[in-house]
Amino acid sequence: MNAIDIHRKLEENAGLLIFGILFVSAIGGLVQILPSIFQETVEPTAETRPYTAAELLGRDIYIREGCSTCHSQQVRPLLAEVIRYEAPAHAGESVYDRPFLWGSKRTGPDLSRVGEKYTDEWQRIHLVNPRAVVPKSIMPAYPWLERRKANSGNDVHLRMKALQRLGHPYTDEEITRAAADVAGMTELDAIVAYLQSLKIDTSVDPSEGGH
Amino acid sequence: MIFSLIWSILGMAAGVYIALELVIPTIDFGQEWLSYGRLRTLHTNAVIFGFGVTALMGTAFYSVQRTCHVELFSPRLAWFCIIAWQFTVLAGGISLLAGWNAGKEYAELEWPIDILIAVIWVCFGVVFFGTIAKRKVKPIYVSNWFYGALIIVIAMLHIVNSLAIPVTISKSYSLFAGAQDAVVQWWYGHNAVGFLLTGGFLGMLYYFLPKQADRPIWSYRLSIIAFWAFTYSYIWAGPHHLHYNAIPDWVQTLGMVMSIILLAPSWATMVNAVMTVSGAPQKLKTDHSLKFIVLALAFYGLATFEGPMMAIKSVNAVSHFTDWTVGHVHSGALGWNALITFGTFYFLVPRLFNTQLYSKRLADIHFWLAISGTMLYVLSMWGAGISQGLLWLALGDLGELSYGFREIMASMQPYYILRVIAGLVFLSGAVIMIYNFFRTIAGRKTATVQIPAPSTAPQQPVTA
Repeated sequence: MNAIDIHRKLEENAGLLIFGILFVSAIGGLVQILPSIFQETVEPTAETRPYTAAELLGRDIYIREGCSTCHSQQVRPLLAEVIRYEAPAHAGESVYDRPFLWGSKRTGPDLSRVGEKYTDEWQRIHLVNPRAVVPKSIMPAYPWLERRKANSGNDVHLRMKALQRLGHPYTDEEITRAAADVAGMTELDAIVAYLQSLKIDTSVDPSEGGH
Repeated sequence: MIFSLIWSILGMAAGVYIALELVIPTIDFGQEWLSYGRLRTLHTNAVIFGFGVTALMGTAFYSVQRTCHVELFSPRLAWFCIIAWQFTVLAGGISLLAGWNAGKEYAELEWPIDILIAVIWVCFGVVFFGTIAKRKVKPIYVSNWFYGALIIVIAMLHIVNSLAIPVTISKSYSLFAGAQDAVVQWWYGHNAVGFLLTGGFLGMLYYFLPKQADRPIWSYRLSIIAFWAFTYSYIWAGPHHLHYNAIPDWVQTLGMVMSIILLAPSWATMVNAVMTVSGAPQKLKTDHSLKFIVLALAFYGLATFEGPMMAIKSVNAVSHFTDWTVGHVHSGALGWNALITFGTFYFLVPRLFNTQLYSKRLADIHFWLAISGTMLYVLSMWGAGISQGLLWLALGDLGELSYGFREIMASMQPYYILRVIAGLVFLSGAVIMIYNFFRTIAGRKTATVQIPAPSTAPQQPVTA
């Protein structure tokens, strides 16, 4: 009886093979994921709050248009990166991010600290025609954003309610008045509101690093 | 297989188009359906789920019957899988263009499509394992281990990572948030690459390579070790996509160490395959299918070496967020996945239609276009990625940034132009292959009608 014989059993029994694959492949994920669910729950930083109705709609447009395929939202604790984008990211800043939008590619610049760096007006012009303000930009233009109502699906309260169920601390009052809060806003207004909300959390000690 | 070919062209064409958008950004004509953010998602979904999965499903059904010496368990269910999958990918593609996007990389499809995927995947598993259960040979062949792992692990990853609360038909919110979502997503994202684009295609390799080389696998023991080590260690490597991000250090370090360990099983398979071919080197001169498969193997080795290197934190500090990653993905996707699939198709088409390939010359041209396209692509992205990474991090004597972001971005243009050319070269090779197959299949009909024609008839140009 040697290892080859033991393996022959696996090879000749489909059920054992299926179980073996499942068992062996599950270990790594369990070790890495379970602690983040049960042990190391991330607390929001002092300045982190759930998105307002307008910011939430703006964020969902950001997802819809695939902005995160080219823009990261994650400043790494590397010297040059901290100089360029200021404070490094803290896990507590993204506790209300479903899904997370840290990104994997930086064709355009990181946006996690872009809030209030530019005026609302600059952002609006830039989104409708990026080359009007950045001549060499290769970013697509998003002219349709200013033509559409942000809450055209009339579902902003449903979105907030779903997030409330997932534990985001929205009050019932905030949810009922959400539609009124965003009435008349275009998609462009909403996404600008979202971009302006991406700011440095001054409550975090930058020397603390990433987490 | 034909569906897979159609997706390959559509997916690659979308890829070339978005590459062009990065050179001439106004080429989307202000149309949202042609906008980069949506087409890029369509590109990855069409090539991975359209081209990749369809090819894997087709070859799994083909090889499992031959390695088990029985017909498929429920051929009707198998047809359902193939057809329903095409419908799902098509619906998924349209939904992405319409802006239904869950926002997770390689898992962008929204919840209704996710449910369809899960249902079809279960059917795929039933057909595959049902066929294995009624097999006539006792041992289960090694290619089936890999196809089996593909089915099981992808089911697990897809279901967990797609867990979400639906809001409307086109919108849902992930059950996971922030850093936790990041760890779950890259556990999925990395292993979708691992068990689909690596493991699934290794299943293809283990069946079609020995078949075409007419040699048994070089070492049975090595294939056992490689398989289990691969299945065990791949899963751990996901966090290398999150180096220096806001997740715990121990997770990053574990991800890095396991990524480096992963080199061993990856290369064990490569050694096994190369030694198998080395039993029949003369075939490499004449056999197109084998040429493609062996070239794919070379790129497999390259990509699985590059991957662990990029997973080292100090290398990753430069490579992360840059086009180097894009180059790495394409050396795997074009060099490994697409080439081995092409090789397999060159094997399958003449056999399925019981004829000879229409033109060996065209297959040769395709081979060289595929090599040059892939090499040019990878080189341009290496150039772009490494310079991006280094320029971003460059500091002057006084600790100030040496280059502005816009300046660096603008300097990428030559590389991006080169990438468009590379994509066109690769795509034109694939178009030639499809023409070749079309003539092969069309030529078969005339050959059977014209009975007195010599056996070389299909190789003559025929008017179909």
